[in-house]
Amino acid sequence: MGEFKVHRVRFFEYMPTAIRAMSFNAHTERLALARVDGSVEVFNFADRYFQEKVIPGKDAHSIEALCWVGGRLFSAGLHGEITEYDLENLRPKYSLEAYGGPIWTIISNPQGTHVIGCEDGTVKLFEVLAEGVQFERNLDRQKGRIISLSWHPSGTRIAAGMMDMIRVFDVLTGHAIQRLLVDRSVGGCKSRETVVWTVVFLSDHTIFSSDSAGKVQVWDGHTGTLVKTHQLTKWDVLALSDESSVVAGTSEGTVVQFQFIAPNLQQQEKEWVRTRTFKNHTHDVRALVEIGTAIVSGGMDTQLVVRPLLEKFEEKCFASGLRRIHFPHRNLVSCAQKARLLLLQFPGQLELWRLGESDGHGKPGDILPLKTKPEKLLYLKRKGKDHICCSALSSCGGWLAYSTVSSVRLYRLQTDNNISITKVPKLPKVLRSAHQLCFSSESSYLFAASSQSSVLVISLNQSECKYVHTLKPKSGMWILIYRLCVAVDGKWLATANSDCEVHVYNLQKLELHCMVPMYSSCPSAMGIHPTTNNLTMVHADQQIFEFSIAEKQYTVWSRKLQMQGLHNLWLNRDTPVTHVTFNPKNPDQILLHDMYMFCIIDQSLPLPDQKTQFYNQMTLRSLSEQERPSHLHAFKVCKSFQDLMCMRLLDDQSLVVVERPLMAINSQLPAPVRQKKFAT
Amino acid sequence: MVEHTGIRVVHRGGSKINFREPVITSDSRFLLCGSGESVKVYSTSTEECVHDLQGHTDLVTGVVLNPSNHLQAYSCSADGTVRLWDFTDGILIKTFIIRYHIFSIHVSEKHVGVLFVVVPMANEKGSELFQLVAVHLPRSGDPEVEVGELSAVLCDVSPNPGAVSFGTGGEYIAAAKGLQLEVFFFKKQKSYRFSLKSGMNKGINNSFTCISCHPKEDCIATGHADGKIRLWRNFNQKKEYTYSTLHWHHNAVNTLRFTPEGTNLLSGGIESVLVQWRYTQENQKDFLPRLGAAITHIAVSPDGSLFCTSHADNKITIILSSVKVSAIIQGLVKDDCVRTDLMIDPRSKALVLNGKPGHLQFYSLHRDKQLYNLDIVQQEYIHEQGVDQFQVVKAAFDTHGDWLATVEERRQKSSELEINLKLWSYDEQTQSFVLNTTVTAPHEDQITAMCFSPSPETTLLVTTSLDGHFKAWLLADHSDTEESASWSCDFVGGYHLLKPGCCCFSADGSLLAFGFQEVVTVWSPTSWELLTTLSQPPGAVRDLCFGRLSCSKYLLGTSTKNQLCCWNLLTCSLEWNTPMDVSLLQADPFSENMAAFCSQSGSTDLFVFKPSEPRPLFSKKALCTGKVERAIFAPRDQMLESSEEYSQWLNRSQLYFLTQHMDLMTFSTKTEEDRLLASSKQLMVDDSVAITPFYLLLGRHKQQQQEKQELLTNPLAERTPLPQGSIAIKELLDTPAHVLPSASFLCSMFVRSLLVSSSSARVEKEPAEEEMKSESEEVDSDGEADLFQPKQELWGSAAQDPVEESGAPVLTKAQERELRRVKKLDLSWLSSLLDC
Repeated sequence: MGEFKVHRVRFFEYMPTAIRAMSFNAHTERLALARVDGSVEVFNFADRYFQEKVIPGKDAHSIEALCWVGGRLFSAGLHGEITEYDLENLRPKYSLEAYGGPIWTIISNPQGTHVIGCEDGTVKLFEVLAEGVQFERNLDRQKGRIISLSWHPSGTRIAAGMMDMIRVFDVLTGHAIQRLLVDRSVGGCKSRETVVWTVVFLSDHTIFSSDSAGKVQVWDGHTGTLVKTHQLTKWDVLALSDESSVVAGTSEGTVVQFQFIAPNLQQQEKEWVRTRTFKNHTHDVRALVEIGTAIVSGGMDTQLVVRPLLEKFEEKCFASGLRRIHFPHRNLVSCAQKARLLLLQFPGQLELWRLGESDGHGKPGDILPLKTKPEKLLYLKRKGKDHICCSALSSCGGWLAYSTVSSVRLYRLQTDNNISITKVPKLPKVLRSAHQLCFSSESSYLFAASSQSSVLVISLNQSECKYVHTLKPKSGMWILIYRLCVAVDGKWLATANSDCEVHVYNLQKLELHCMVPMYSSCPSAMGIHPTTNNLTMVHADQQIFEFSIAEKQYTVWSRKLQMQGLHNLWLNRDTPVTHVTFNPKNPDQILLHDMYMFCIIDQSLPLPDQKTQFYNQMTLRSLSEQERPSHLHAFKVCKSFQDLMCMRLLDDQSLVVVERPLMAINSQLPAPVRQKKFAT
Repeated sequence: MVEHTGIRVVHRGGSKINFREPVITSDSRFLLCGSGESVKVYSTSTEECVHDLQGHTDLVTGVVLNPSNHLQAYSCSADGTVRLWDFTDGILIKTFIIRYHIFSIHVSEKHVGVLFVVVPMANEKGSELFQLVAVHLPRSGDPEVEVGELSAVLCDVSPNPGAVSFGTGGEYIAAAKGLQLEVFFFKKQKSYRFSLKSGMNKGINNSFTCISCHPKEDCIATGHADGKIRLWRNFNQKKEYTYSTLHWHHNAVNTLRFTPEGTNLLSGGIESVLVQWRYTQENQKDFLPRLGAAITHIAVSPDGSLFCTSHADNKITIILSSVKVSAIIQGLVKDDCVRTDLMIDPRSKALVLNGKPGHLQFYSLHRDKQLYNLDIVQQEYIHEQGVDQFQVVKAAFDTHGDWLATVEERRQKSSELEINLKLWSYDEQTQSFVLNTTVTAPHEDQITAMCFSPSPETTLLVTTSLDGHFKAWLLADHSDTEESASWSCDFVGGYHLLKPGCCCFSADGSLLAFGFQEVVTVWSPTSWELLTTLSQPPGAVRDLCFGRLSCSKYLLGTSTKNQLCCWNLLTCSLEWNTPMDVSLLQADPFSENMAAFCSQSGSTDLFVFKPSEPRPLFSKKALCTGKVERAIFAPRDQMLESSEEYSQWLNRSQLYFLTQHMDLMTFSTKTEEDRLLASSKQLMVDDSVAITPFYLLLGRHKQQQQEKQELLTNPLAERTPLPQGSIAIKELLDTPAHVLPSASFLCSMFVRSLLVSSSSARVEKEPAEEEMKSESEEVDSDGEADLFQPKQELWGSAAQDPVEESGAPVLTKAQERELRRVKKLDLSWLSSLLDC
């Protein structure tokens, strides 16, 4: 496998924020997720829960609810505006003031009408038009805020959860036709109002409500009578979701499922029965979605949990396993290989660190003493309200760039003796925002993946920067480019877009060189080999391809790999590979990592088949020198580093490993509001 | 040596009543439970044993009510039979011979004439696999029927009866074993299996422990070893089944039961808390804590008014549906080991041994009932594993039962052994033992033996310990001071630093023998003089026993190297010895007989002999498997008059012993069994109230009342006013006014009672034993007629004309009618009196 000096970095204090709302688009199988900091993430559930898109948040722009209309995504929040997102350019398209105070909820019906619930007690209907949304009318104004809303599937009724009560509206007349009173908490203080956090209106006119008194109640929507009360907890039940069954999330971190079951098997009559309880969260469950085969939940503990319903699966497969998504599926760390610098990206700031140095020598597994400690060189706060969406550091350490939704900033860095940073004043006009930034290896060019699926080429020199060219694919489609990679010799640039297309540009001729054959899964990481100029792509479904740019075809090794197939243990790994690099000293070696392991693929060794032991490092260690070669295979997996954010190979052949232990994240979370105590 | 067939080894008394789930009858008046080889019928209100249904020849492994006749019950046993009983009269109706070792029995109302029993897969005892088979009961009038038809329903079930349950209306049966739940639908003849994932790698044991089906809805509740309860629904399909989880117990759920209407679910476990879950509102639960010991079974009466829980300490608690304990039936508490010897309390003739942790229990063998517990340690017991707590390890009574000595010890891993010697004196006033003296650290090491001197002059206690000493403790009399007498050490002795293992006083208390490893030393307790040493190497002395009565010149000893020696104390020489591995030597205090239990190749043989005679009186080979460590001769309350030579040794006392599996066994002779059988036939009494001294007292009182009433209401009869200040008048005055007869009525009665009568003495003197009995019977049959009209014909023999049987003077018809009226009135009157 080879031995490396490893810089084990744990000073990246990455802190994800809590999940606030979720919405699932069953048609496109995309899950939209809103976090407390206002950022929106889109996961592709057809492609192994790959995080396709991240729309950065904005200060003072919290999101309370998300909602899909067709392929369009809308959000509303306490700032009182409805926002539609431009999913190709990863930015809010427009915002519309609703004039009703803070908005607590937004939902849509299949006919394409939005309703929002406002603080001032109005339920407002909006029509979704091709170019925007338009206010239609108000329903009868109520006293008190509207916390939650639910359409009856027919589109004629709306149930609204308020303080201490639920209202049912007739949409045609706009009048409230039912008033369902919700009890205040038993035993607790009677003066505190009960908040109906969510309501669900089912097609048989059953209404489910969950409230702050810890109850899930089942109501008959025709008569307005209470059918059943389930006291789930002593505290709030925060989220409800329905599909074939109803699930409820509580402030204790549990998710409780209700199913429509016949109490007597021979009879047809069914009733709602509380069935399973899942406990996958440590904190409040704020958002819940049932997607048919699984329950997706998220909450204050920042992780997204996909809990499959095992009875929906015939056999074991990727979707039948429990998945937890902790880290973004992209890189937040840039590394200057020559200058030994690390750039850490936070939503609000950038941090530049110099790695520590050690001249010690030791056996494998030893901890070497540090000569110089790692040092934080720079703390760069972003300008403006928008959060940072991407950043880059040149490998020489002389340039630093970051982008928000509204602007791109480029800085000149001096890190030798006295640290200085100077902003490059005049950037080309075309460079307004970027989804991905990348410097060429000798720091002479900056590449920016910009809107309209183009890549801007900016040339850099000591004093100024100059726009050179815009690289565009031939087809006119505007598709988001989310990965860029440049060959070390500066000859090639590969781009990946969210339609799973990979384009290779010739940087000398500044034109499209070729397109890699389409594959159904998105590439999660790419790299161009420094000597052979082969493009290595690892996809979200864990497949690995190697494409020879010069020959415009897959390499022999890649074909062999596809013929033989990857090992099942490799294919069933949890998280996508987020970075691919190469070992310049050993051209056969490809280095890649995901959250739980890093792997060196040695192309000179035989590929493992299904019968070989895949994780064989321990076995190899126990074998003698003579026996060892017969057991070697191409995949060498190291799991000694966990919760990996980033792994890079420096020019002096030492590895940088950036870890962010989940324990550290959990310890920095606020204490759970409610916690189940033993024997209560 | 001759084997005697006339003497049987039987379970009598002290058997487990918590082995299987008890059954409450449909009228909630009786509780049936298997107890050793018999089925006991207890009254749920008085806790008394009403009937002992005997007939099985092996352990009873299950009792169920006959679903088609609620006055009958089936019981199954390891002897391969199922018996049908009329439990109200205690009559065996039928015996079905199945010829398999039956582990449990299940019935369902839907399956008339079919019993479901769990038997081993292969017909051998050691088999590990069990199957549930349906037994079609043949319709035949014979009292003993061979059952041929067995059809397997479920294979590989758990032998635990709590792991099988019938569903709604008997349409399906659910059985759980290991990590798998199987539901078999009778109509479709199809079974569904659901398995749980093993959580072993996560340190969770979620295997099934018990199961209960909802009586109205299709819901199965299962208990798990990790303390969870799962409620399964939609189990008639492979995929879409679902379950919800309830979790309160922190340890395994031992038992689960739905109430008959399905509104509540009861569960219990080691926490000894009965948890009542509201069905469909599982967040609301009621608890009944501090039930004393781990709950092993829960039973619910068919009308739902009573619950009962069996506990690990051989106890059944009867609980009202309002979750209040109403009665406790306590059996003999047998831990996994009996640390103290078995003893007989000289006063109450009760068997004494350690019971609940830190307690001594007094157990009446004749009535098979625990009398009381004596708290020795007087410290709170903590229900937690791995906590070392004080345990009673030794106890001894003096000859009259005035003094009780106990030793408790605690050994903690890190610290020294803690020993306390406590001496208790009997308090006549409170009728119990009161702590007199506590000696902390009486010895430096474990106390090996302890005995009181039987001599009437001195009160002397001798203890021997592994620290190489024996100590004599004397009751020092402080008659001059205010303090009461207390105990103090009188003498410390030893012999060549050897460790004493046992000690024994001679019958008159004049000699004291110690076994110091291989040497037996004989001392005089008056002068503490070493009289002689006896030795028979090799092998350390294990037990020592002086002969009694005519054999008092002999001292018997057993050694670890297979020796039973008998020394003549007059000649100080060995009289005889025989090579035997005697594990226990026990002397009968009422005769010169001795019992020696010899362990030989995994089983135990018994020899009863006189030290003076070379031929044993009685011998029994292969008495039981394993070693017998504890045995006792208990006095009989009634002498047997057996003339046969082989059973004469059982005439005065009865030998009880504890087997390896903690079964209390005894010997029963033919004559004894005959007598028991006769008495059980004779004992046809009201089944709601058991015959107790209290009942007899009340019956007498009742009779008096009745006579009085009769005289009052019958002006023609001779006036016999009651003596002044009788119990009846006291009771009358204590009775609330609203239940009393009118004041004018009472006034005249009261005045009459104050008159002095010449004939009152005559009435009082009349013992009327016979009459009293018949009278009580009369009243009972009357009450019976009121409550149980349909049972009249069953009674048949018992319900003869009460007046005729009583032998009372013949009355006219009018008088008779009057008498009946009075009796009825009297009954209600009395019952109300009792209620308050």
